[in-house]
Amino acid sequence: MSDSQLRLVWIYPDLLSTYGDQGNALVVERRARQRGLDVARVDVRSDQPVPTSGDIYLIGGGEDRPQRLAAERLRRDGGLHRAVGNGAIVFSVCAGYQILGHEFINDLGQREAGLGLLDVVSVRGEGARCVGDVLADIDPRLGLPPLTGFENHQGVTHVGPNAKPLASVRFGNGNGTGDGTEGAYNDTVFGTYMHGPVLARNPHIADHLLKLALDVNALPPVDDRWYEALRQERIAAATQPA
Amino acid sequence: MAGTSDPLTPRAKLAVTAGKTAAAVSRAAGRGSGSVIGGRVALKLDPELLARLAQGLDVTLVSATNGKTTTTRLIAEALRAAGPVVSNALGANMPAGITSALAERGDEARFGVIEVDEKYLIAVARETDPKCVALLNLSRDQLDRAAETRMVAENWREGLAGTKAVVVANADDPLIVWAASSSPNVIWVAAGQMWKDDAWSCPSCGGVLQRPGDDWFCGECGFRRPTPSWALSGDHVLDPHGSAWPIHLQLPGRANRANATSSAAVAAVFGVPPQVALERMYHVQAVAGRYDTVQFQGRDLRLLLAKNPAGWLETFSLIDPPPTPVILSVNARGADGTDTSWLWDVDYSRLNGHPIFVLGDRKLDLAVRLEVANQNFQVCENLDEAVRLAPPGRIEVIANYTAFQDLRRRVGN
Repeated sequence: MSDSQLRLVWIYPDLLSTYGDQGNALVVERRARQRGLDVARVDVRSDQPVPTSGDIYLIGGGEDRPQRLAAERLRRDGGLHRAVGNGAIVFSVCAGYQILGHEFINDLGQREAGLGLLDVVSVRGEGARCVGDVLADIDPRLGLPPLTGFENHQGVTHVGPNAKPLASVRFGNGNGTGDGTEGAYNDTVFGTYMHGPVLARNPHIADHLLKLALDVNALPPVDDRWYEALRQERIAAATQPA
Repeated sequence: MAGTSDPLTPRAKLAVTAGKTAAAVSRAAGRGSGSVIGGRVALKLDPELLARLAQGLDVTLVSATNGKTTTTRLIAEALRAAGPVVSNALGANMPAGITSALAERGDEARFGVIEVDEKYLIAVARETDPKCVALLNLSRDQLDRAAETRMVAENWREGLAGTKAVVVANADDPLIVWAASSSPNVIWVAAGQMWKDDAWSCPSCGGVLQRPGDDWFCGECGFRRPTPSWALSGDHVLDPHGSAWPIHLQLPGRANRANATSSAAVAAVFGVPPQVALERMYHVQAVAGRYDTVQFQGRDLRLLLAKNPAGWLETFSLIDPPPTPVILSVNARGADGTDTSWLWDVDYSRLNGHPIFVLGDRKLDLAVRLEVANQNFQVCENLDEAVRLAPPGRIEVIANYTAFQDLRRRVGN
């Protein structure tokens, strides 16, 4: 982080904010402010340039056509590449997760180039759409409690050698590859299929992003009572058959 | 139907009778009004029954994400000035429920005013040969199982292309304009739409829509807001001649004044002048318990149904000012959609200054949402506890679909 202000960038609310994922930006912003940080949140519409000096970038899910439009505009813009080159943290969900990879299948049924910021490739699943509560164990190297979320996708995402699966699914589908992986990450870029929004159900991940951006090992505690109650309820729900 | 030959074949008559029997059995078993099961039985016996029942009626179809039940009631009431009306007033809006409602028509019925679920609009239009189709708004709703919002607009656009019906459509909703503009005869109504987050990209070319003030246009392809001939202006309807007619409704809120404006435009299609239509609309009271004020534990509770972010936004704008207590109740059962993420698309700063009480199956999702919005709230086990804790004054109760049904049962409404 370059000065005392945390710059939080919410990418393309006009295209990729369909499943409540702007909640992720709200949660990060709230938890940063609770730690006394000055937060500047920038919402970038798809006809505006992506700022390159942000600390944390968040991208949400969207429908198939907006996803293609977002990928076209982010490729053309190039700002997110430069931001990642500058060391920014990126957290992406569903359609946004697919866009960060090398390629995905667009609304026209064609292969669409992604941004290549995360070593994943997405294809369209042949089976039923994955819809419902998910419970997964996060990669132990990250030292985070279990992942709870709500998935709603047709995509299947394969994780390449330069990324690690974010989590291993106990209930639900996740990446849909049949090997039980969910999401992917490298040093600074994260992707997941989880909505909920996912950071409202997993505030520890929000804190992890803040720690990476601030380059600190710990943050002052905040009152997590309602987050914890919600987590317990949704974890129990995920283990029940639908 | 006076003076015409009976349009119902013996098979159709049998189907109507069988349907009514099934409905009566369902009612007797305590399983609701029976209109859906009755309609299902009847349609199975005669798949063309809906088309036969609609024969001889001047049919108006009403569809939207929000406000279709209320608007159907307003239009039905207005058209009664011109003749008897048959309508699916209880909100059973899929083909079986519609068939069942029309089976109740008397021979004298002249108008059919039919609420239709968004997915079934084109199929029902094919069966009923409407004279008028009213399209109010489209926004995200139940995304865990519904088609994408723009795909609904696309489906309407294709299905209505070249229709003989007069389409009455909201000029302020770009998705509605996209859906309606394939029709040769459209009456544009400036009915407003507070919720804008499903229409930032151009439905035609995908460009970013520019939205200065009340206007909107695509800078890339020229798709833009059509010039309306009817408009909602404050508490008045402006008609195509520029006359302003006062709106007097028992139903609260801007969204219902918008519904009244669209309803006046529909009534005019059938020759009912706006003044007459609007006077009649005053008689429409709570629709299926919505907007009803009820007594519970010695307190006044106003029950407000809102099922999606656009509905919550409109509802927040009509509640009494702070410090009026607000109860929010949310479920995520099948009929609600099982994904609660939409709660995060609502701006809760509009509740600043209101004491808030949350309940329902998904009260913990609400709790986290309100915590992040830095609102004062209390989590309650049930309605009784929330009412007990609420400070004095009428309580505004906002709930989504099954949560609303639960509340109505609890208060005996």
